[in-house]
Amino acid sequence: MNAFLSNLIPLIIAAVAAMIWLGLNALVWVYCERKFAGHIQRRPGPFEVGPHGVLQPLIDGLKLMGKQLLTPDNADAVLYWLAPLLSMLPVLLLFLPIPYGPVLIGMDVNLALLLILAFSSFNGLAVILAGWASNNKWGVLGAARAVSQTVAYEIPLLLTVLTVSFMTGSLSLLDITVQQGGHIGNWFIWKQPLAFIIFIIAMFGETNRAPFDLAEAESELTAGFHTEYSSMGFGLFFMAEYGYMVVMCSVCSVLFLGGFNGPFPGIEGWWWMLIKTYALLSLMVWARWTFPRVRFDQLLNINWKWLLPLATVNLLATALIMKL
Amino acid sequence: MSAYQNLEQMKGDFYTQKFEAGKQDGTLIINMGPQHPSTHGVLRIVIEVDGEYIVRAEPVLGYLHRMHEKMGETQTWGGFIPNMGRVDYGHAMAWNWAYVGAVEKLMGIEVPERAEYLRVIMTEFNRLTSHLLWWGAYILDLGAFTPIMYAFDDREMILDILQRPSASRLTYSNFRVGGLQMDFDDKCIELMKTFIPHFRARLPMYHDLVTENIILRRRVEDIGVIDQDMCRRYGCTGPVLRGAGVPYDVRKDEPYSIYDRFDFEIPTQDTCCSMGRYKVRLAEMEQSMRIIEQALEQLPSAEGGHIVDKAPKPAMKPPAGEAYFNVEGGRGKIGVYVVSDGGKVPYRIKLRAPGFSNLSAFAEAATGTLLADAVAILGSLDLIIPEIDR
Amino acid sequence: MGKFKENVIQPLIDCWSLIVGLKITGKYFCKPLVTVHYPRQVIDDENLETYGGHIELIGKPKDPATPKCISCMMCVTNCPSKCLSVVKSKPPKPTAEEEAAMKAAEEAGEKVKKPKAPKNPAKFTYDYSLCSLCGTCIDNCPAKSLKFSNDIYWVATSRKEMKIDLLARLKEQATELSAPVPKTEAASAAAEKEA
Repeated sequence: MNAFLSNLIPLIIAAVAAMIWLGLNALVWVYCERKFAGHIQRRPGPFEVGPHGVLQPLIDGLKLMGKQLLTPDNADAVLYWLAPLLSMLPVLLLFLPIPYGPVLIGMDVNLALLLILAFSSFNGLAVILAGWASNNKWGVLGAARAVSQTVAYEIPLLLTVLTVSFMTGSLSLLDITVQQGGHIGNWFIWKQPLAFIIFIIAMFGETNRAPFDLAEAESELTAGFHTEYSSMGFGLFFMAEYGYMVVMCSVCSVLFLGGFNGPFPGIEGWWWMLIKTYALLSLMVWARWTFPRVRFDQLLNINWKWLLPLATVNLLATALIMKL
Repeated sequence: MSAYQNLEQMKGDFYTQKFEAGKQDGTLIINMGPQHPSTHGVLRIVIEVDGEYIVRAEPVLGYLHRMHEKMGETQTWGGFIPNMGRVDYGHAMAWNWAYVGAVEKLMGIEVPERAEYLRVIMTEFNRLTSHLLWWGAYILDLGAFTPIMYAFDDREMILDILQRPSASRLTYSNFRVGGLQMDFDDKCIELMKTFIPHFRARLPMYHDLVTENIILRRRVEDIGVIDQDMCRRYGCTGPVLRGAGVPYDVRKDEPYSIYDRFDFEIPTQDTCCSMGRYKVRLAEMEQSMRIIEQALEQLPSAEGGHIVDKAPKPAMKPPAGEAYFNVEGGRGKIGVYVVSDGGKVPYRIKLRAPGFSNLSAFAEAATGTLLADAVAILGSLDLIIPEIDR
Repeated sequence: MGKFKENVIQPLIDCWSLIVGLKITGKYFCKPLVTVHYPRQVIDDENLETYGGHIELIGKPKDPATPKCISCMMCVTNCPSKCLSVVKSKPPKPTAEEEAAMKAAEEAGEKVKKPKAPKNPAKFTYDYSLCSLCGTCIDNCPAKSLKFSNDIYWVATSRKEMKIDLLARLKEQATELSAPVPKTEAASAAAEKEA
């Protein structure tokens, strides 16, 4: 009983901390995205609400909460409202195994990578439920596209992650970070540059971010799978998207950029992890506002004809070199 | 008593019912529009879609029909000019010119030389704004959100320049029968002279950011092939025709006004695809700048004022007869045909809109492509729906 | 080999265009803003001078509250949108002397001199919601009494408010013009220097 409690209480604290972290990130990154977009387009971005617009996402969230929760006619109400929840809840779980600092880790599991990959697939299920349950032709089309995209891009993700765990011999993220300790030359990006690039591209595809954002920011299919959602339903999808982005960027910084290690030994800390994660997030925002959208069949082509063979070759080469 | 007692009986409107008559198995019929982010205006396209591939497409027009031609029969000759600014807000001055040119032909008025130069300069600037708007909106449809902002940065400068002689920024109606409403002031000419080198320096950035971008190229190359034969059958003109390799431009082939005094080229592309039309329009922007430069140089030596002496009043009475005048607009060949019966109100005005012919090629060009390509093709045709519906 | 180059090497080389695109947007991220951040900044007067808003009357140089208009109705008849409406002034009632002179002229069989109506209009209303901003009225006014306003801050919150009474507006503008110009700091400093 005691052992159970002593395992449970830190977990609960970690889960609450994950919720707070998710909320904060959603707020910060909604603001940052709009500000970055503004300055890239040489206009101010949000400015009025709060000094320089910092309270804008908060007020947007309050506005979303205040709107009416509509369920469309002939929509399957249970599935319709299950979809945003299913999109949002796994994100909280995904934050737990990521080591944000030398001791700042929710739960140090041996199978952290497997956990993350497995639960991030829930997003695909949520999208299909949302599109199908909306009883809207455009929603179904959007959901069908999104699902094939998500399922496709998980595979190169998995292969690159496998490559790193081959090199380290562990699936635990804390282990991987520790093995990159010391100076900057130990980081895996130097040993696996191809895997890094593949991971970044697969990250864009997995989180439905531009230039791979056909499922949502459509100018072709109105709003795709979340056409019919209003108020907090949409808000939950929105927050979940930012949550997945942060998770993926954190995982990338752990796997390739050394996690909480600094460039020199002895100055590890959570701030390095934050800097790296946020740098990758800035890259995602930057790419969103620069590139046009890729067409759907080209999207799948990129995955099946380029990323998958490259990732496989990379994996085999790594395995070969490790053996020798 | 309504024929439809039951809502279920009313399965779609007239167009949908006719379209559904030819439906194949396993396909979905969707409506793109009339409220849609990518159709530039109120256009409805009924598409039969098999998975992602378009089997049949048919544009449905009329949502923006404002009876301009009927208004032509109730307005005075001079009072119809503001209408022409609203028919096509992209290249309003070309429509102004076409109408005013037709009336001048009817009345036998010769426009002073200076007014001709002013008209050329303003219309070419307007062509630049039209192409910049097209470029920004096209890339916006394809999913990139920043190039439209860069395009509008330059476009605002041109609008500030054109505001000086016309007091308008979009729906210009400053053409008069016999010349223009106002002359340029010195500040205006100075702004024009500084704008050209500034814009020339910006164009390479547009090419680097967008034209060379591999994602855009894959979206736009080889999409929506409209070859010469199709263009002839549908009557497409403008960049659609020039993108198919036919070097036809009204300014060179049926020169009007003083266009024969300028040295400029007709850009064409042989690829017949959306990328060809895209490149033609970007090259046209450079040619427009050449025309403006030459016109600005030749302007001080032009004789006359900005309007002919004893210009006709708005309630003028042209002699009975008919006249047709055509002009190269941003979208193609604009034609206005006027018939007069000697009264102060026209008997008939017929407007030939290039967008109407260009859009009719869409149905054939989009068959067999993906749904995402339909958007790319529509954008490359540069449609302004108000001119199609008039 | 050719196909390999075309299908594999060329796309990889083309991916450089993505980096070029990122460089361009990154460069513009660091550059200053080009939008005019209203209300902290406003558009400069030079641009505003040529702005064409609604129509306004021009006052006589010596009497700014009275328009130059001679009530000829050219603007009303030529307006394509039929948005102007002008009512001519009625002649004033004759004074006692004039009445006596009129009676005397009538009895003597001479031509009766009736008091003349002033040329300015009694009422000049303008429906901005119908105006198409074509400038036909301005062109055809023989007295050159109309111009475009460059007041970009004019707003109306109802259909009724868009029917502008141009005579009242002219009177307002005339009183503003005749009000003493407030001395700016520079002007008063210059005045002090001179003194």
